[in-house]
Amino acid sequence: MSIEVRNISHIYSEGLPHESVALFDISFDIADGEFVGIIGHTGSGKSTLLQHLNGLLKPKSGQIVVGGVDITAGKVSMIDVRRRTGLVFQYPEYQLFEETVAKDVAFGPINLGLAPDEIEKRVEEALVLVGLDYHEFKDKSPFDLSGGEKRKVAIAGVIAMKPEVLILDEPTAGLDPKAHRDILNMIENIHDHEKNITILVTHKMDDVARLADKVMVMESGRLAMNGTPSEIFSRKEELQAMGLNIPEATELIGDLRDCGMDLADNVLTLEQAEEALVHYLKDRN
Amino acid sequence: MLRDITLGQYYPGNSVIHRLDPRVKIIATMAFIVALFVVKSFPGFGISFLALAAVIAVSKVPVKYILRGLKPIFLIIILTFMLNMFMIDGEVLIKLGFLHITREGLYTAVFMAVRLILLIIGSSLLTLATKPMSLTDGIESLLKPLRRIGVPAHELAMMMTIALRFIPTLLEETDKIMKAQQARGADFETGNIFKRAKHLIPILIPLFISAFRIAQDMAMAMEARCYRGGDNRTRMNGMKLGKIDVVAVIIMLLFLGVVVAERIWL
Repeated sequence: MSIEVRNISHIYSEGLPHESVALFDISFDIADGEFVGIIGHTGSGKSTLLQHLNGLLKPKSGQIVVGGVDITAGKVSMIDVRRRTGLVFQYPEYQLFEETVAKDVAFGPINLGLAPDEIEKRVEEALVLVGLDYHEFKDKSPFDLSGGEKRKVAIAGVIAMKPEVLILDEPTAGLDPKAHRDILNMIENIHDHEKNITILVTHKMDDVARLADKVMVMESGRLAMNGTPSEIFSRKEELQAMGLNIPEATELIGDLRDCGMDLADNVLTLEQAEEALVHYLKDRN
Repeated sequence: MLRDITLGQYYPGNSVIHRLDPRVKIIATMAFIVALFVVKSFPGFGISFLALAAVIAVSKVPVKYILRGLKPIFLIIILTFMLNMFMIDGEVLIKLGFLHITREGLYTAVFMAVRLILLIIGSSLLTLATKPMSLTDGIESLLKPLRRIGVPAHELAMMMTIALRFIPTLLEETDKIMKAQQARGADFETGNIFKRAKHLIPILIPLFISAFRIAQDMAMAMEARCYRGGDNRTRMNGMKLGKIDVVAVIIMLLFLGVVVAERIWL
C-alpha cells in the first residue's frame, strides 16, 4: 500500500465570482507504513488536500494513486476508496448520531456490507484500540459522554472500517492536556498495531516531531517543504516566516547552541533534549 | 456543492436604487403590486412594464440575473396559463378533443401570466437591490407603529435577522456532516426514495444537535452583551430619508396616478 500524488490542483467555486485556488500543483509519495505529519497555518489547503485522498473532492487536474488504484479515474468505486482510506474530520464528535456507542461505531462497517458477527468483532476491536472499555461503553448514548470520550468513539467509527490509510485532521483540537495525550498515544498505538499509513494534520509541532517519519509543510495551496522532521525543523527561519514554529525542545537547544554550548543539533523531543544536555554536562566534567 | 448556493439573492451594487431608504423601497414595491391589480388592460401593463424596466436599468442589476430567479416559478406560470386557457367558457377558437380554447380564455391566460411575471420581477427587485439586513431594519421601522396594538416589531425583525445570518452557517455545517458520513461509507446518491430518506438520518440528527448548540451559544453571546430586546434601542446607522428618497416617492406617486387614470379614463 502506498500513495502517489501527481501534480494535483483544485479550484473552489470555479467560474463564479468568488472562485479561489485551493491547491496548486502538488506532488508527493507516501510509502507503506509511514507516519506523515502535515503542518501549515489555517487556510493553507491542508483540509482540501486530505479530502482529495479519499475521493470526497476531485482534483481539477492531476492524479492520485492509492494502493495501485487511480482514484481520480472516472469509473472507480467510491465505497472501495473509502474502505482503503479512513478520514477523521476536525471535531469528529459532531458526526455521532446513533442511540448507542456500539451502533454508531458499526455505521461504517455496515456501509461496507460486512457480516453481522464480523461487524460486532470490529466494533469491539475498535473501541478497545481507542482505549474505551467495550462492555462499559457499548450501550451508552454517545451524547452522554465527555468531550474526549465522544471524540474517541468518533475515531473508533473510522478505525472499525480497518482503513489501510488513516487520516486525522487536527484530532486533538479543543481538548484538555490529558485528553490530548490520550488521543496521541492512541494514534501511535493504532499505527503500531495496524501497520497502516497514518497522516496527521496538526498545529502542534511537538506532536509531529514525536510521531512523524516524514513532514509536509503546506503554504497557500502549495507544498512548501517535504522531508524528515530533523530536515524540516532545521529550517527555523523559513517556518517562522510562514507563521509556523519548531518544536519547543528544538527551540531550546537551538538557543543554548547560540549561547555557545556545544550540543547535538538534531534534537526534536524533550527526551532527546534531556539526553543532549546530560551528555554535554558529563563531557564538561 | 452546497457552499455555492447564494441566498437572499442580493446583488451587490451602489446604484441609486441600492442606496434608497429600505422603507421607501418596501412601500414602493407594495405600491407596484397594488398597481398591477388596479390595471385592467394591456396598455396599463405596458405602463407598468416601462416603469419596471426603467427601475431595473437604474439599479444596474443584470436582466439575466433577474430572470434566473424566475426559473423556479416558471412551472406555476405555465400551470395558471393552461388552466385559464382551457377552463374559461366563451367563443371557441380551437378544439382539441374534449378541450377547447376560447377567445376569453386565451385573453385571461395571457393577462394573468403577464401580471404574474411583472409581480415576481417587481418584488424580486426589492431583495436583489436591498441588503437583507437593511431590509429587516426597514420592516422593523415600518412595523413600529403597530407596537401600540401589541405587534412585537423589534422581536420579529431580530428573528428574521438571525434566521438570515444562520443560513450560511447551517449550510456549511450540513456540508461538513455530509462529508464526514460519506467518509464512513454513507451513500446519499443511490437507492429509491425510502432508502434515501433513511440515509438522511445520519445527517439530520447531527445537524439538529449542531443547530441547537449554535443557537444556545448565540443566545449566550447576546446575553453576555446585555441584549434585552428593543426598548429604547438606538442604531449605529440610523435610517434617514434623503433627497433621493423624496424623489423616489414622488415618482412612485406619479406612477400610481397614471395607472389609476388609465383605469378610469381608458
